[in-house]
Amino acid sequence: MALVLIGLVAGFFSALFGVGGGIVVVPLLILLAGFDERPAMATSLASIGLIAAVGTVSYAVRGDVHYGYALLLGLPAAVGAIAGTALQQRTAGPMLSYGFAALLAAVGIWLLV
Amino acid sequence: MEIVAAIVIGLLAGTFGGLFGIGGGLIFVPTLVLLLDLGQVDAEATSLLAILPVVVAGTWRQHLYGNVRWRAAAIIGTVAVAGVELGVLTANALPETTLRRLFAILVLFVAAQLAWRAHSTTHERGSRRGRSRRTPSRSVRPAAETDAGEPRAGDRSRP
Repeated sequence: MALVLIGLVAGFFSALFGVGGGIVVVPLLILLAGFDERPAMATSLASIGLIAAVGTVSYAVRGDVHYGYALLLGLPAAVGAIAGTALQQRTAGPMLSYGFAALLAAVGIWLLV
Repeated sequence: MEIVAAIVIGLLAGTFGGLFGIGGGLIFVPTLVLLLDLGQVDAEATSLLAILPVVVAGTWRQHLYGNVRWRAAAIIGTVAVAGVELGVLTANALPETTLRRLFAILVLFVAAQLAWRAHSTTHERGSRRGRSRRTPSRSVRPAAETDAGEPRAGDRSRP
């Protein structure tokens, strides 16, 4: 039940602000569903795949997707993601929470100003 | 020059996305708008495609680490697609600045909750398990767990 709510909230806010689902999914998995940091972040990443794929298709049919730019950013980012997950695996859970809290605070301030 | 900058930013965004389990759109969208001169809609559309390689590579690694809860991911992902429709309807019905402020306050509240929870679990672990059980979190010095909090984590999150 909590998972359904999380999905709904994630999709809702990602459509509203284009902030992506992860920023909503990760804290809710930790705070509402009682996940530890690492499973929460891994599961969030997996769940975003579906949102991004459906979103891409619906924009692509309207011709809004710039494929070259997506590859230019996305391919190096895939390499980065491997490094990032390796780094996460070596970081203690509470540190990940603090880091994520700082990220959220930055986003909150960015949205306010 | 923009190309090199984009590759470097892509690398950083992916690292960040993998580290925290977010797609990287948070960084992709402003990069596409400010550096590569796309409009907001095109940037959000292109960002969604750029997220896919991050998700595939990151999830593959996380699956190998045994961290992915597939059933939960499938439920959240599927429901979120419906949530997107709801978001679009709401965006058309309510003023954007109000929504933005509400969301910002919510995000700040959640940030505080998250930090508070991490703070209290750290103390709990410290007192309940004692020193002998600290070995599992091998890469972190026990002393750093309590006092390394916000400032250092903050530095890392703003590249």
